Amino acid sequence: MLNPISAAFKIAKKEKRPALLTYTVAGDGSKKQSLNILESISENVDILEVGVPHNTPVADGTQIQTSAYRAIKNGIKINDIFNIIKKFKKLQKNKPVILMGYYNMIFQYGENNYIKKCKASGVNGLIVVDLPWPENKNFAKKCKSKSIYFIQLLSPTTTNKRLRKIIKDSHQMNYFISMLSTTGGKLKVTPKEILKNYNKIKKIDPKKHTVIGFGITEKTIGKFKSADGLVVGSAICKEITRSLNNRQNPVTNVSRLVKNLKKKIR
Amino acid sequence: MKLKKKIPVIDQGNKLGFWGGKFGGNFVPETLKKPIEDLEILFNNLKKDKKFIAERDKYFKNWIGAPTRFIKLENLTKHVGGAQIYSKVVSDANGGAHKIYNATVHCLLAKRSGKKVICGDTGAGYAGKMLSMAAKKFGLKCKIFMGAKDIARQQPNVKAMKKNGAEVVPVYSGSQTLVDAVSECMRFWVANCDTTAMCVGSTVGPAVFVRICGWSTSQISRELKVQLIDEFGSIPKKLKLYNCVGGGSSSFGFWNEFMDYDKKQCEFIGVEAGGPAKSKKHAAPLTYGSKIGILHGAAQYVNQNSDGQIEETESISAGLDYPGISPLHCFLKDTKRARYTSASDEDALKAYKLVTKFEKLRPSLEPSHAFFVAIADSKKFSQDTIVVVNSCGDAYKDKGILEQRLGKKYVKSN
Repeated sequence: MLNPISAAFKIAKKEKRPALLTYTVAGDGSKKQSLNILESISENVDILEVGVPHNTPVADGTQIQTSAYRAIKNGIKINDIFNIIKKFKKLQKNKPVILMGYYNMIFQYGENNYIKKCKASGVNGLIVVDLPWPENKNFAKKCKSKSIYFIQLLSPTTTNKRLRKIIKDSHQMNYFISMLSTTGGKLKVTPKEILKNYNKIKKIDPKKHTVIGFGITEKTIGKFKSADGLVVGSAICKEITRSLNNRQNPVTNVSRLVKNLKKKIR
Repeated sequence: MKLKKKIPVIDQGNKLGFWGGKFGGNFVPETLKKPIEDLEILFNNLKKDKKFIAERDKYFKNWIGAPTRFIKLENLTKHVGGAQIYSKVVSDANGGAHKIYNATVHCLLAKRSGKKVICGDTGAGYAGKMLSMAAKKFGLKCKIFMGAKDIARQQPNVKAMKKNGAEVVPVYSGSQTLVDAVSECMRFWVANCDTTAMCVGSTVGPAVFVRICGWSTSQISRELKVQLIDEFGSIPKKLKLYNCVGGGSSSFGFWNEFMDYDKKQCEFIGVEAGGPAKSKKHAAPLTYGSKIGILHGAAQYVNQNSDGQIEETESISAGLDYPGISPLHCFLKDTKRARYTSASDEDALKAYKLVTKFEKLRPSLEPSHAFFVAIADSKKFSQDTIVVVNSCGDAYKDKGILEQRLGKKYVKSN
């Protein structure tokens, strides 16, 4: 069976638009709310990235850090996260879910156990921020054997030689980090420049789906319509924070934001 | 797991940067892969380059003031009644602590790579102060990340950094101490690695930073070896080297040149921060058998919960208040080359009182931890045992804490 991630890209391509990927932190604002957010946004989202909160996130900016600390403070544990995904998948069997996090959480759980649990709860892909290539070779292989995509990250600092090697080893999806930044940074490079780098990557293997992330917001998303997929994370986390601070319902506010994002790439 | 002889410990990691196959490595975001590789190439070349080493030695001698003193603590020895107690007064170094060696080397490397800005983390403020001094000396812009809690408790060093023209960025996330400062510094580097060099303040972080720092602080043991031979004619038959361990930069540097000696002749004792006697929190992952985990790019023993969240630490000493520990020390522990123990906040204060009562020496709260254990052990040792404590920092930065905990009379002015 085709991995639902690949299926989602296929549908988006057919509709001549990039796939929309969202990132929310599991357990933010509460366990229940984070599940409700996933359920509510899923009609407008092609692939859901679910963040595993970690308390020393070296690649995340303020917005995602705030969400992660909030989720940890709410008492979220790794098994709760698997439960959230399991519940979500019961309702939306074919909606692809990617788990994104830092390696220590996987290391403590045990690589094999983690993958087993991912499989059982319906996770379709993994992004591990601090497990780069070639360090991730073994783990990526283990994922593949369970039909879970290990998604490789590519950055503007990745050399051409390295790009080729990583893409050769990569599964069907890659994640291009648009600029030198932590998550949630302001776009400091022109979309034209970002797309130039992106196209260079696509050329290496056009069949592999490559998404762009970092700096994608309501304002900027419309400028990247030619990409296979676009990830919005910090803008959503920010909306959750704003909603909670104003005692508004984050579920409805985030759903509205995601609906707008979708409109802009149609 | 085996320690090899005749190969510097910093070079005993495997191809992926793991010591003993499991400590260290490079658990970093993709963006940092290239800058780290560049730094590795630069460092590996320069550490073999005689001209570069001559340049380093010139600054170590003329600017830092190498060698720092090696002195006998006569009164303390008499009071304790056991081993002969000596101190390597590394706090003599320009700026008042060992952090100056690593800071200087990083600035020299940054200059070679053409970077104009250098960023760094700091806990007690010494790493930051030294980096600000070195950056000023070498004409680099400097940005220091420091936990808000540490800014409040180590004001003298904060003032010094600002005076040297560095920007001090307070870090409010997490526990607002060193662990968060290092994270924030790494984040800044992720976003600015094209123009900025990063200096990690201890033998922690991705493998190359562990190596550069260890290479730099090894100056301490190079000096000590000469000084020991001057004093005793040869390396003493029963030598015990005591050092506090936070990240582990001063202790590693204090021991490195003695690595190949049998541990029966030359024993290494690392003293971690046990935290307040009544608290369960500590900063002593080796003493308390913490599990291996990933922190700041490296696999190491680290205080964490079962999920892998890093745990908050507690120590009177900002410089030791770190949940992890250098991969080098994990390696030295597992190969049994060094042994590790801890001293509490109260122990450190007791030792500070005792040392300052008997000697003209003012160890900061970090080495005071080492002094506590060294003094307790010395009572049991024979008189022909030579105990050396690395007094790696000066207590001027601790004056606020000392005044609060011990009263005004214990705060000695500069």
